[in-house]
Amino acid sequence: MSMSKLTVSTLAICALAGAASARDNVQIAGSSTVLPYAAIVAEAFGENFDFPTPVVESGGSSSGLKRFCEGVGDTTIDIANASRAIKSSEIEACAANGVTDIIEVRIGYDGIVFASDVNSNDFAFSPTDWFLALSNTILVDGAMVENPNTTWEKVNASFPDQPIQAFVPGTKHGTREVFEDKVILEGCEATGAFEAIMAANGGDKKAAEGACIELRTDGRSVDIDGDYTETLARIESDANSIGVFGLSFYENNTDKLRVATMNDVVPSTESIATGEYPVSRPLYFYIKAAHIGVIPGVKEYAEFFVADEIAGPDGPLAEYGLVSDPELAETQGIVSDEAPM
Amino acid sequence: MSYQSRHGSLLTEDARTRKRNRAESRFKAYGLTAVIASVLALFMLLASILSNGLGAFQQTFVTINIALPEDKLDKSGVRDPEVMAKVSTFGYTPLIRDGLVQTLANAGIETDQSAKALLGLISKEAPAALRYRVLANPDLVGQTVSMELLANGRIDGFFKGRVTMESAALDKNTSPEILQVAQQLADDGLMTTRFNWGFLTKPDASDQRPESAGLGVAILGSLYMMIVVLALALPLGVAASIYLEEFAPNNWITDLIEVNISNLAAVPSIVYGILGLAIFINFAGLPQSAPLVGGLVLTLMTLPTIIISTRAALKSVPPSIRDAALGVGASKMQSVFHHVLPLAAPGILTGTIIGLAQALGETAPLLLIGMVAFVKEYPEIGIEGFTDPATALPVQIFNWTQRADPAFVERAFGAIITLLVFLLFMNLLAIFLRRKFERRW
Repeated sequence: MSMSKLTVSTLAICALAGAASARDNVQIAGSSTVLPYAAIVAEAFGENFDFPTPVVESGGSSSGLKRFCEGVGDTTIDIANASRAIKSSEIEACAANGVTDIIEVRIGYDGIVFASDVNSNDFAFSPTDWFLALSNTILVDGAMVENPNTTWEKVNASFPDQPIQAFVPGTKHGTREVFEDKVILEGCEATGAFEAIMAANGGDKKAAEGACIELRTDGRSVDIDGDYTETLARIESDANSIGVFGLSFYENNTDKLRVATMNDVVPSTESIATGEYPVSRPLYFYIKAAHIGVIPGVKEYAEFFVADEIAGPDGPLAEYGLVSDPELAETQGIVSDEAPM
Repeated sequence: MSYQSRHGSLLTEDARTRKRNRAESRFKAYGLTAVIASVLALFMLLASILSNGLGAFQQTFVTINIALPEDKLDKSGVRDPEVMAKVSTFGYTPLIRDGLVQTLANAGIETDQSAKALLGLISKEAPAALRYRVLANPDLVGQTVSMELLANGRIDGFFKGRVTMESAALDKNTSPEILQVAQQLADDGLMTTRFNWGFLTKPDASDQRPESAGLGVAILGSLYMMIVVLALALPLGVAASIYLEEFAPNNWITDLIEVNISNLAAVPSIVYGILGLAIFINFAGLPQSAPLVGGLVLTLMTLPTIIISTRAALKSVPPSIRDAALGVGASKMQSVFHHVLPLAAPGILTGTIIGLAQALGETAPLLLIGMVAFVKEYPEIGIEGFTDPATALPVQIFNWTQRADPAFVERAFGAIITLLVFLLFMNLLAIFLRRKFERRW
């Protein structure tokens, strides 16, 4: 190809880019926990409707919401997936960029499970066990000391004599926050360590919470910044280790993982839906109301997502591991009325 | 020390010569060890990729007869695809289930499994495939059609050795009884494992149907990006190098530019992604997830590589050629375009192809411009395709390694094989061009 031909084609591409028409596909980004559900819905949506299949990106709840709040228009995303509720600071950031009407859609709940290699010991955990095993400091004889526990037996006499080795999600994961709030902090309060720290620091509740959730750094608790696939690989190479997973990941790998109970409840979509299994969190997506009617298919996608046949207890999402929301009808109403937060 | 001992006979080795010879053979041993170690590492890498990934090119299919009753699919009876489209894929699932039960009964395969459990033999993509076929050909309604459907990923894994009776007993998504039914179907010839073109042509699939996931969108996206990179980076890079090498005055500004180009070649590629997001998407308003933007970002990334290799190629043309051209009265530009550039062309092409190969394997800069995504729709063939959402080959590998279903591991390795084959061809082309057109002086 001659130089002039190349230049012409270059110019043609640039001209085309300038004239690029309005986007006709829904653009979604956010939580990697919500991603598989969003992909399942997007795929079915593309198959059953005349709209093109939405494009779903991951990258994390915070980055998704940040991009969501960048403004209104073609080059911004329409929907942000989040494994936590939007923060007030994010709503302000949105408002500052002209994103005012945000529709919050709760799609269901996600369980967090503790599992080890399929050939390893059975465990029946309580939050106290996890606090005693992983916290940096624990209460011994009325004083906070550096965590001396090295085996699960020392944590709880009913456990086997197995060294403590845990793989927990890194701090950038939404799962970590739930693990800290619903397990470690709970255990901290139950063992009386929370009271002891409060008494020592003069009643500063925030600082006490911070001290509670500080995990030990001697290598017995390892942060995994990658995905659950990485945690699984670590567990397969060390049969004594225990990892933290999302319920849907466990459900897809039941032949490789042995799940532990929490407060004597086996994690399942049913026990999480009834609230018996304590470690769970709601999953959301947020719709930019200004894009409804501008970008084709935004509302139809949202309605399809929360429809009974998709997000209901017998739908494909529940089959994949999503705990369906008992108040789904209410969410359906919010979407069809386009009711902003 | 005597004169004799310092100048010994050439025929007898003195201590110093022995020492030097030993040092040499030691060094040779180190070198050989290094080569063997790298070859072994490469061999292990390739062996693990091939053993994990070759399965992705095989897929298990099941053939069943499906009745397409009019009262379920087209109540109006007018066979209008638009009216029939009201029946969603959920409406086709029971037809496949009934067809499967009927097929099993006809083949004389007895099982105590429920129809719902038996549906686990077949990919969740099947209802969509059937619906697509019926809508494309409405006259099929009312008939019984024979259809080849993808088997479920777990069943496929069973025939590839990934799933065993023991693992299935613990697996929530399948069971040994279902695998036995699958085995009987295979014995009857209704279920076969064979080469799967779909892996190269189909788009990505969601986490529930790894068996139907393919590289179609990723290959198209990579192709479009490479076209953009070639169309932009080659002319820009060659023009810049010719100017810098042949025309630019030798002053501090050109020195500064040279230092910057060398530095840019070493900048981590994610930086170009950040730049791309800021300039092409936020400022210029180009669409997200588009191969055009990906290509522009990769152009920025490849440009320094191309400039550096082009300049090296121009430098290697002997000055006598330029002098001879100038001596017979050619202008500076004539000497460059008629004599230097043709002689430097093989080097330029090699550098360009290596730059392209590097760009083909790049993921990081695409993260920020929205190409690391679930994209199911093919970009259009033609010029509009450049602005349609797409992914790229390395992105697809990255995506699949994150999926929960173990069947995606095999597909990720299969995608690695595909990418390696593309890279191999590009590098072979570079070697071929160099060998064919290279001139030595």
